[in-house]
Amino acid sequence: MSYRYRDDLSVADVAFEAEGTSLEELFTSAWDATLRVMIENPSALDSKSRKSIAIEDQSVDLLLYNFLQELIYYKDAESLLLRLEHCRIDAGRTPAKLEALAAGETIDSKRHHLGVDVKAVTFHRFSLKKEGKLWRTTVVLDV
Amino acid sequence: MVPSGCIKINDTLWEIPRTYKEGMQVPARIYASKRLLDSMDSSVFEQVTNVATLPGIAGYSFCMPDGHSGYGFPIGGMAAFDTETGVISPGGIGFDINCGMRLVATSLTWEEVQPRVQQIVDRLFVRIPAGVGGKGSMKLSQSEFRTLSEQGMKWCLKKGYAIQEDLDRTEENGCVRQADASKVSERAVERGYKQIGTLGSGNHYLEIQVARPENIFDQKIARAYGIDRPNQVVLMFHCGSRGFGHQIATDYLQRFLKVMQSRYGIPVRDRQLACAPFASQEGQDYYKAMNCAINMSFVNRQVILHRIREVFSEIFGKDPMELGLHQIYDVTHNTAKVERHRIDGKKRKLLVHRKGATRAFAAGMGGIPSEYRKVGQPVIIGGSMETGSYLLAGVQSGEQSFYTTAHGSGRTMGRNQAKKQFRGQDLEKRLRERGIYIRCASYAGLAEEAGAAYKDIDEVVLATEAAGLSRAVAKLIPVGNIKG
Repeated sequence: MSYRYRDDLSVADVAFEAEGTSLEELFTSAWDATLRVMIENPSALDSKSRKSIAIEDQSVDLLLYNFLQELIYYKDAESLLLRLEHCRIDAGRTPAKLEALAAGETIDSKRHHLGVDVKAVTFHRFSLKKEGKLWRTTVVLDV
Repeated sequence: MVPSGCIKINDTLWEIPRTYKEGMQVPARIYASKRLLDSMDSSVFEQVTNVATLPGIAGYSFCMPDGHSGYGFPIGGMAAFDTETGVISPGGIGFDINCGMRLVATSLTWEEVQPRVQQIVDRLFVRIPAGVGGKGSMKLSQSEFRTLSEQGMKWCLKKGYAIQEDLDRTEENGCVRQADASKVSERAVERGYKQIGTLGSGNHYLEIQVARPENIFDQKIARAYGIDRPNQVVLMFHCGSRGFGHQIATDYLQRFLKVMQSRYGIPVRDRQLACAPFASQEGQDYYKAMNCAINMSFVNRQVILHRIREVFSEIFGKDPMELGLHQIYDVTHNTAKVERHRIDGKKRKLLVHRKGATRAFAAGMGGIPSEYRKVGQPVIIGGSMETGSYLLAGVQSGEQSFYTTAHGSGRTMGRNQAKKQFRGQDLEKRLRERGIYIRCASYAGLAEEAGAAYKDIDEVVLATEAAGLSRAVAKLIPVGNIKG
């Protein structure tokens, strides 16, 4: 699982590239990269609250787009920052389906080293493709 | 890199002709000095010319001097579309709908405020939540939140969070019509209804500033705006519609992508430039939902002003009006609004998208407060926390850009690069040594907002003046700052 931030792709906001040997690995890396923009020490998040995520979409890239929106939604709606515990994707059918479990806790500025608020996942330079054995994605977040 | 086909019209205006890209309906025009133009990344030129291909665009696709790469439109982008044949695009407004600036006067001088500036900043930092996922102290039901999103600052007036003068001195009087909360998703409401009275993070801030005599460039207009004494203290803040607006933009971007090509035959050059005809069901639904976010954002800034008045009143032991806490103006820089402008000698009804661009109506025009009608609409341009910000005025020659000017200084350095180059704690110390007392929700976020990460705001303002888009009235120097 890996990701890296790319300043050269977005000056004003945050861009990252993530990769994985499976779609599950790729989605987990992208989730971690998005979470890390908002909290510098995600390991400080205790698993006090759990959320199940179930999404389906016509394409795998839109599945990722909507998956990352879930993290942003819970941050605003319930002040929750969530680490991904488990993720399963069925891309062999249309619509593609995702089931995931995320756990975390309410934002606590004393223990959590906060970064910047992510407003949205954008379609700017957004891509998801398989290159050889690796799945790769490029994501730009509006902050 | 500036495209080779870019033509110099004059020292602060550049044009990319229609021949640059297939499908361009109009040329693109960029307002900038040569140095600012050269500092723009290549995405700006691609995006401003992509906008020029959209159906119903009128005149030109514009970019302001603080332009930089955005999503769909560049930040600093402005385009007007015919209301019958043109489109509406969330990418031309931004995710943070009605992100804007508010400037508030006081009758206090820096000499009076200086002994208490730390106390004021500390108290404001407690009363006005900032940072990731910040929640406000106002308890609202989702139903009440939907009501305020339709009523805007009229709701604040009814609830005692505003005085009539605040509404009079806000763009659109703090309430756009044709806002319909039934067009807004549950998720948007769930993301926003606890966030009234919060700043957010990134480049959002609340600043205490001083208008020094040597930084007043137009005494007459400054006096008309209420800046009338040496070293007068003012407050400026920058924030938007929080999760509510972000979700509305996200929802409709996806809805438009489903119908843009298939139903309306509009080619998708960039998914972030998704759009629908303004007159279509989808276009009208988004317009009414977007107007709810505009109203919510006005309410957000109004509640922040209410908190500022409470804090000053508590610290100085006087009524806010005795302390001269009068709003100067509130401008939005992420919107689409129906306006009438002259094109080829004829007045046309246009949907004007401004994304990181500010409306700047000239003296004598309707839609600005009666007390400012002789001098033009106030324009508030936020700079970095180290360099200061500007108050400007709309001018008659602004007609060339449908009375639009810049909104800020514009970033030149990526956020990760800024974090590598600066440490938040060091920056805080350096600013304190320079007399700027700062409180922040995130040291990482503070480092990202270092002054060196932004364009030279003086040059941006000079370019807007030289181009005839607005006139500089005063430069305002920070002495206290709260960052998300």
